[in-house]
Order: sequence, then structure tokens, then C-alpha cells
Amino acid sequence: MIELLHYEFMRNAFFAAVLVGIACGIVGAFVVIKKIVFISGGITHAAFGGIGLGYLLNINPVLTAIPFSLFSAIAIGILSKKTKISEDSAIGIIWSVGMALGILFISLSPGYAPDLFGYLFGSILTVPTSDIIMMLVLDIIIIVTVLLLYKELHALSFDEEFSMIVGVPTKTLYLILLCLVALSIIVLIRVVGIILVIALLTIPATIAKQFTSNLKNLVALSTLTAVVSSIIGLWLSYIFDLPSGATIVLLLAFVFIISTGIRKFMIPKV
Amino acid sequence: MKNNIVVELKDVCFSYTNISVLESINITIKEKDFLSIIGPNGGGKTTILKIILGLLEPNKGMVYVFNASAKKARKHIGYLPQHISFDFDFPISVQEVVLMGRLGKRGIGRKFTETDVSVCMQVLEKVGMQKYKNSELGKLSGGQRQRVFIARALSTEPRLLLLDEPVSSVDTQWQQAFYELLHDLNKEITIVLVTHDISVVSTYIDKIACLNKKLYYHGSKKEGMHKISEMYECPVQLITHTPTHDPSGESDK
Repeated sequence: MIELLHYEFMRNAFFAAVLVGIACGIVGAFVVIKKIVFISGGITHAAFGGIGLGYLLNINPVLTAIPFSLFSAIAIGILSKKTKISEDSAIGIIWSVGMALGILFISLSPGYAPDLFGYLFGSILTVPTSDIIMMLVLDIIIIVTVLLLYKELHALSFDEEFSMIVGVPTKTLYLILLCLVALSIIVLIRVVGIILVIALLTIPATIAKQFTSNLKNLVALSTLTAVVSSIIGLWLSYIFDLPSGATIVLLLAFVFIISTGIRKFMIPKV
Repeated sequence: MKNNIVVELKDVCFSYTNISVLESINITIKEKDFLSIIGPNGGGKTTILKIILGLLEPNKGMVYVFNASAKKARKHIGYLPQHISFDFDFPISVQEVVLMGRLGKRGIGRKFTETDVSVCMQVLEKVGMQKYKNSELGKLSGGQRQRVFIARALSTEPRLLLLDEPVSSVDTQWQQAFYELLHDLNKEITIVLVTHDISVVSTYIDKIACLNKKLYYHGSKKEGMHKISEMYECPVQLITHTPTHDPSGESDK
């Protein structure tokens, strides 16, 4: 595997796998404990609107997806908290409107949309260096934000009402959490694609949650699981010439099944 | 200055969409009062606490807490909710739960200090849960969890303590100790305790308020006990026989 790293595309893919693991390990832990898996799914699909806009304006679709997913994160947050619309209805609306916009933008953009499949299903071997740099910057933003807001995010996930009473700005904090989800989605889009992002935000943290009841350990363990699975998934997809996103997701699902068995029959929680 | 008035509700009305829950409530809670609000399920007990906390806005009327708006005064209040729903495998320890009470004292990006930790240990000791500080919350029994949440309310170092059905799931032996703890705390702080269990009223509390949509009585326990017997036709009688847990699982409105 080491000699493969001599190729630039392989080095980029390796870095992409690590950066993806970090983003989804950290944010995924909060997605799972705060139970916002389907909100995250909604934001992910809405990001497709941003991808389409990129094609239409002829700029890097990942760049246009950033404001789009941030906007849809805030829109879902506000729709569900400030209006009488229930959260899952808000998810349904934002999810489909985002996708509809994406389809419209792509149909309006001139000519053929190259590597559209890459954004939908992921294509880790074609991640350019410029995207790697952007993913690194987003990872740093995620890490710094979570470090700064760790105790508040933990409290918010556990008991929103009490956090509000003791003076935590819970509404803003919730929107910040959704924005972190939006940013992690951008990091993930290139590698696993819109359709499969939700697997990476959910499975590593769910695997880790079986083995620890401490949030810090959970974040560390889910990050480790995600990084290792992404690298192995990348390697497998290269060797067997399989689509990277699907390989990583199925590998994670396999690890999930094995770890559930181990958890049930063998080791206690730490 | 109305110095010793902690909570003042003036002509407060509240309804959930079309269902009226509170009708022109006037009540004044003074410093170091130990007030018990009693009333049947759905009588508005929890609602009145949420109005004092500023979590709900009354449709009509004025709310003053420590001579300020309810939202501003929140930081002086320790609150024990009636129900706290969470996943039993939520990753949080007893100490982390109690530390939540210290969040308001530490800004964003700040770590909890040694003072915070020692305050937590003190309150955990008060509720007899210090040896469980590193335990996972979900692994504790219902009664133990309730004691942890009481400790969390105390860790805010409140001037006013609002307790919503605090003894609904703790054993009788600890109930006794709990009321003694409250009696002790009451030397410094004001306590409002919501209950449908009338048996505790006679022993520990100095003022009572009977609430069922309207405030039927508010005053000293002595007279109140007379009134309660007089009012046995009023909703108070109903509550003496209601089961501890609302079988429907719905919270009080």
C-alpha cells in the first residue's frame, strides 16, 4: 500500500480519507447523541442544490455547496424551532427543495454535466489538491468549534431545557451544531457522495457508542473508526476497482455488525 | 424596593392553544418561604413553574422574579423538572450532569474550575450520591437519577428552588432525608415544591397554595389545613388518591 502513495492521486485520496474520518468522527458523535441523523440527511440532500449551482455558474461545485448547505441547515433549524411546522416536515421540505434546485440548475447549465456521478456517489480517487486544502480548512473549523463549545454541546444534547435555564444560548448553539453538520457534509461529499454521507455521520459513532459511555472517548473512538475504515475502504476500492464511497460504507456496515456481536457477547463498556 | 418578594404573579392567565390552564392567578412568594403548590394532574402546577422560569409566556398578566423579568432572573433559580427524557445509553456521568448547573457561571470556551467541581461534590454529598460521581447516569435507578437531578438544581447555587414532584420516584426513607435537606436549605433560600401528594404538606411546609386552574387558597399551612378539609369538595380531595405516576405518561399541563 505504501508504494501507492507515490502517485499524487493516491496521496490525495489518502489525505481525503483521513480528513473525512476526522470530520465525520467528531460531528457524527454529536449527530448520534443529539439524534439529528435525519436532519443531517436533509441538509446533505439539500446540498445538491449547491452542486447544481456550481455547474450552472461554472465554478467548483463543492464551493457553491458550502453556502447552500449552511443555508439549508439554518433553514431547517429555524423552520422546526420557530414555526409550528414539525421537524420532520421541515426536513422533508428542505431535502426535496434543495434537490429540485440542483436538478433545475444542472438542466439549465450548458452542455453535459461531467462527473456528476462523483458528487452523488463519491469518487475518492479524483479529489484534486485544491479540494484537499478546502477539506483541511473545514476540518480545522470543525475541531476548533467543537473544542470551544464542547461542554455546551454536550449539555445541549442531553437536556436542552435545563441548558437554556442556566443561560446557555441553546437556540444559537443548535444552529451552530447544524452548521457543523453542514460543513462536515461538504468534507464528505467528494469522497462518499451525497447519497452516502449519512452513513459516515452515523455508523462510526454508533459503533463507538457501543464501547464507551464517555463523550470524549466516543468522539475519539468514532474518529478512529472512521479514519481507519476510510483508509481501508480506499485501499479495497483501489485493489478491486470498486466505487470508493460504497466500499467504505459497506466496510463500516461490516464493522458495525462484527462490533455489535463483540459488544453483545464479549467485552464490557469502558 | 420590594425587597423580600421573590416571585410575584399578577393576574396571570395561560392557555395551551384553546385549553385554558391558568386563570387570573395572583400570588406572591416571599423570601425564605417554603411553599407547596398542590393540585390535581392538569391543574397547572408545572405550567406555573414554567412561567416563573420564563419558559412559557403568560397570555395575560405580569410576572416578576427577583423584581425583574422571569428570563433575567433565571440564573438565580434551581429547577428540578418533573420528567427528563433521555436515552439510557446517553454518554454522560453523574458528575457531568451535576456540572451542567455550573454552565451559566462559566462562559463559552472556558473549562469548569475546581470550585465548580467542589460545589458538585458538596451537592452530591447532600443528596447522598457522592460515591456514584463517576457512574453512568443511565445505569442508575429512577430514584437515584432523581437525586442526581436534585443535585444538579442545587449546583446552580440558587436563591430560589423550584421542584416539580421531587419525591415521585424516591423511596420513603430518602424522602425523609430529602425533606430535612430542604428544611436546612430553606434557612438560606426560597423553595417552591409542586406536588399532588398531600401527606407531605402537614409535616414540612409552611405555606401552601391549592391550584386547579384557579388559585383556591394561598397562605399559611395552619389555616390551609382547615381550608383543605373544608375544601375537600374542591379538587384537593381528588389528588389524595391519584397514583404517583400519571399512567398516561403525559406531563402536567
